[in-house]
Amino acid sequence: MAPSTQNSGPTAPQLFVARHRRLGNSQHARWVSIASTLSAIGVLAFVFWIAPGGRAVREFFLSPSHAWRAFIGDPSEGLSAIWRGFLTNIWMFIVCEILVLIFGLAIAVVRMSSSPVLTPLRLLSTIYTDFFRGIPVILVLFAVGYGMPGMDLGWISQQSPAVYACIALTITYSAYVAEVYRAGINSVATNQLVAARAIGLRQGATMRYVVLPQAIRNVIPPLLNDFISLQKDTALVSTLGIVDATQAAHIYGSLNFNFAGYTVASLLFLLLTIPMTRLTDRLIDRDRFKRLAFVS
Amino acid sequence: MSSPIIELQNVHKQFDQRTVLHGVTLELQAHEVVCLLGSSGSGKSTLLRCINLLERIEQGDIIFRGQSLLDERIDVDLVRRHIGIVFQAFNLFPHLNVLDNITLGPLRALGRPRNEVECEARELLGRIGLGTRSDDYPDQLSGGQQQRVAIARALAMQPDVLLLDEVTSALDPTLVGEVLDLLSDLAIQGTTMLIATHEMQFARDVAHRVALLDAGRLVEVAPAKQFFDHPSQPATIDFLSRVPKTR
Repeated sequence: MAPSTQNSGPTAPQLFVARHRRLGNSQHARWVSIASTLSAIGVLAFVFWIAPGGRAVREFFLSPSHAWRAFIGDPSEGLSAIWRGFLTNIWMFIVCEILVLIFGLAIAVVRMSSSPVLTPLRLLSTIYTDFFRGIPVILVLFAVGYGMPGMDLGWISQQSPAVYACIALTITYSAYVAEVYRAGINSVATNQLVAARAIGLRQGATMRYVVLPQAIRNVIPPLLNDFISLQKDTALVSTLGIVDATQAAHIYGSLNFNFAGYTVASLLFLLLTIPMTRLTDRLIDRDRFKRLAFVS
Repeated sequence: MSSPIIELQNVHKQFDQRTVLHGVTLELQAHEVVCLLGSSGSGKSTLLRCINLLERIEQGDIIFRGQSLLDERIDVDLVRRHIGIVFQAFNLFPHLNVLDNITLGPLRALGRPRNEVECEARELLGRIGLGTRSDDYPDQLSGGQQQRVAIARALAMQPDVLLLDEVTSALDPTLVGEVLDLLSDLAIQGTTMLIATHEMQFARDVAHRVALLDAGRLVEVAPAKQFFDHPSQPATIDFLSRVPKTR
């Protein structure tokens, strides 16, 4: 009988990477990716350049002189500086972020508690998260910004629009962040709870010293994601007449019939959000590597 | 004879329709070490979890130093401070270093002062041979070291009795010895322990009495030597014939 030579014999079978798959890890691959990126950008720029209305749009959105004037403002013509408006965005974002971290956590912990005493609060927090995650932020801003002053309730109704804006943003984002925390709390293994209770820790101490430290570590990337959204949504406070970067750009645009100010505001927001997105991605990668290291 | 630390009286436990414990009666004296043998699923873990009130029993009674733990006024958190338990899977807190794992209970459950608690914890770490590892995190330790820390964590609460639930079953065979040695030391020092285990030689050497659980029933309880050399129940003879011979 003739021996089968198909799967045996002294020579190794074909084991090399096929030519068409070799791109992935060669030096060559870097040049290919650079070239394809540049050409994609080139095509977009070219389209922008040759479009019939291209010149007008460029002047309208990208005029350097308008951009600069919008950026530094001009008090003599009643133009607020965009940079000054942007400071409003920054402090609002910082204040709201801190409040959201606190309220979100409180809502999540109440919702996750099992104490019968907290049943009404638990129900309330469930309704709260469902409700405010379902309403557009801008409508909450209107409700708080025009509703609270309208109630005529002493000092509650005499705050500046900025305070109402912060309240509205905090209300909405606390609902989102509470859900993020809740996912984090759920991600902590049950055996951790059992171990904590087994050494006699009470429910509160178990939450504080065992569950939350692990839960928060697990949800830092999604928390940062929500904060990037919050940073951008501070632009919505302009609807309450607060002169933030967006509002300053809007004023400049309507008085000078040029929208370069909007481009300036966009760039400022990018300056704030890009470091945050990079940081988030790095944390996610780090977590992924940790988990991979754990598996191997 | 002094009164037992723990008395189990006719303990029944069901999960849904399945009865896991059929009337277990057993008592544990102070400074006594009892090993609980039985094949997987015989109810060893469940019995330990019931004593620690991690599970509620349906029928019978568990009496701790003369007090029924089924009394409705019982605060389970207070009970657990007196009855330590160590699990098969260590369950150390991964975000805390070794020292903090051990001190968490005394600090946050008992509210004792930190310097005192840390001093004791360091001494405890020395006793389990990990005196230099107090700043390491659990994932930097071997399985055997983690399990020793878990035992130290339970001991730091200064419990009246220590329940050990197959604490060597998740370990690499080369690491089992170090944990069993620690348990032997504890036994010599007079720690009261109820140990669910598959380690026959250990049971023979260390336990004062050995008990066999079979399908939720305690079929034989006898002094270790008698249990292994002259078992009286057919179920015990059958069980011992199925495990590898001990010396």
